[in-house]
Amino acid sequence: MPDDPITKVSIIISKGSLEGIYPGLILANGARMEGIEANVFFTFFGMDAIHRERHEHVKVAAVGNPGLHLATWVGGVPGMSSIVTHQLAKKMEELDIPPIPEFVELIADSGAGLYACQASVDMFGLTRADFIDQVEDVITVGEFYERAAGGQIIFT
Amino acid sequence: MTQTTIAGHPVDVDPEGFLTDPGAWDRDIAAEIARDNGIPELTERHWQVVDFMRERYLRDGAAPSIRTLGKASGVPVKELYQLFPKGPAKLAAKIGGIPKPRGCI
Repeated sequence: MPDDPITKVSIIISKGSLEGIYPGLILANGARMEGIEANVFFTFFGMDAIHRERHEHVKVAAVGNPGLHLATWVGGVPGMSSIVTHQLAKKMEELDIPPIPEFVELIADSGAGLYACQASVDMFGLTRADFIDQVEDVITVGEFYERAAGGQIIFT
Repeated sequence: MTQTTIAGHPVDVDPEGFLTDPGAWDRDIAAEIARDNGIPELTERHWQVVDFMRERYLRDGAAPSIRTLGKASGVPVKELYQLFPKGPAKLAAKIGGIPKPRGCI
């Protein structure tokens, strides 16, 4: 007997770097493209993806990122993070992967629910107004679990 | 690959029901695939999306991404999901008689 198909996912995006944010966005968009219900919960530095001023400036971490295969001191050269980010952004555009602000809007338009984490909002001294309009609400962890009921939870 | 009959035409389909030969497609086949996938009637807006998918596939050899679909088909993303709730790119490709889109976006 085939396994039951996934019908609902709730994706948590907790990291603020480019490589921390994209996987969750791709999972959310991919879910909607398969007709799967999706919620995205942004917490800690992952909230940069929905922050009005910051979402256009998310970068690849050039320091402490062994995946880049750069010598540690090279990663620390001023501007290195921007260079690596620029290269990756160019490649992504070629592959028709949208920049973060456009991608988040696409996911919201696809009917996924976007939420910010109450604890992180309090911790960083933010308010609802700091977030893009597509964010439905700032919710507590308990409310997140209520919205996630009946589906899978994916932490990124 | 299996052979089946859609709208009176014998056609080859993959295990998920996508036509394997886009040339075997016609608009009656499209209407029947749509009905089988929860769209009782294809409106003018549905056709706009299906035709766009098909044209792009036949031109480029690949189905467009949901991003391109939203930007260039003339139907915005919100409406795409209203027209094809089970996934616009996938379903419009199926109805349009082209292979299932392989991209992640």
